[in-house]
Amino acid sequence: MSKIRLATVWLSGCSGCHMSLLDIDETLIELADRFELCKSPLTDIKEFPEEGIDVTLIEGAVANAEHVEIARKARKASKIVVALGDCAVTGNVPALRNGIPPEELIEEIYGPDVTVNGNLPHEGVPRLLARVRPLNEVIDVDYFIHGCPPPAGVIAKALVALLDGREPQLVGKDLRFG
Amino acid sequence: MRESDVITIKIDGRPIATSAGKSVLQVAKENGIRIPTLCHLDGLSDVGVCRLCLVEIGGKLVTSCTTPVADGMEVRTDTEEIRQHRRTVLELIFAEGNHVCAFCPSNGNCELQDLACELGMEEVRVPYSYPRNRIDATHPRFLIDRDRCVLCGRCVRVCAEVEGAHTWDFAERGRSVRVITDLDIDWGDAGSCTDCGKCVEVCPTGAIIRKGAATAEMEKEPELVADLLERRGDV
Ligand code: SF4
Ligand code: SF4
Repeated sequence: MSKIRLATVWLSGCSGCHMSLLDIDETLIELADRFELCKSPLTDIKEFPEEGIDVTLIEGAVANAEHVEIARKARKASKIVVALGDCAVTGNVPALRNGIPPEELIEEIYGPDVTVNGNLPHEGVPRLLARVRPLNEVIDVDYFIHGCPPPAGVIAKALVALLDGREPQLVGKDLRFG
Repeated sequence: MRESDVITIKIDGRPIATSAGKSVLQVAKENGIRIPTLCHLDGLSDVGVCRLCLVEIGGKLVTSCTTPVADGMEVRTDTEEIRQHRRTVLELIFAEGNHVCAFCPSNGNCELQDLACELGMEEVRVPYSYPRNRIDATHPRFLIDRDRCVLCGRCVRVCAEVEGAHTWDFAERGRSVRVITDLDIDWGDAGSCTDCGKCVEVCPTGAIIRKGAATAEMEKEPELVADLLERRGDV
């Protein structure tokens, strides 16, 4: 059986979802030779592949212009996209800033005490979106894994189903936010 | 029960003998048929504002908490159409507030969070509104974080109907509706508040909480209203 081509992405999140993914422990070892990790913060591959990804798990909300680009690229290259965790599903903690203009935030956080170089970095820093958005407001999402972070068992349940080519049947307590 | 008071209704095809004067929700409950609810609370009057207890009677969708049973009535509680409507209603409730369960004091003990699980709410399909609501922490023991208020009105009803203080009420209309204390002054200054804490216990979410309750530390006892009324002989 050919290996499932898997990718994971980390947008505006705390990496807790990726930690929880690793927390699957020995199940991950059992699953390891059924997939090939094609792009992930856990690897050193720099660019998201142009095509040919079977399943992409995306952690984090969409908070800046670069996130939009990565999300779209991942969508285009992947058969199945999964929103992994509450930030990707609802916006969650990163979305707390919504309603405050980004310029005000930057000024408040980096303005008064910037002592080195005297000005805010502009080049190479992605522009913040006016408001942080959940993934499904930016791209089509096939499945949603809830939790902050999602419990390892729920991620394992979904991952096993996806590797088997089945729909993840997340029901009841599996769908708990928080 | 006199013979003449007995009426027969059907819920999901099942014939049930009951008595007039009860709501469809109440009869369903007495017969072990689950209808999801949020604004309903045993002991308080029913107002039908959350719309989650929708059922179908005679081809029309109605709120089961405010519909009295009638002889020969046929009720459906769980069709695909009803499930879709309940899901949409729930999504709108989530999209209207700011629900960050991850650091909510009611995380793990929240009626809204449980409903998302029960109704299989995988995602919210309407854009979130991310409102900026006012938190009022001026009361010495309690606070209200309106980001988590679902406008169920339980606090308003328990305060007026059970405590008799009527500190809480609704202000404004449409999307601007919010709960207020006295004539929209700080809760800490609201002279009618008796500090009884009933609103804390009945609030189904993490909106009204005890001060000092950190993430997942807030547990409530909404059942105390029915208990209290029973002990008062007020049922
Ligand atoms: S009130 Fe309930 S649904 Fe809202 S954030 Fe708190 S736990 Fe989540
Ligand atoms: S504060 Fe709580 S009890 Fe009052 S209307 Fe809002 S959610 Fe309901």
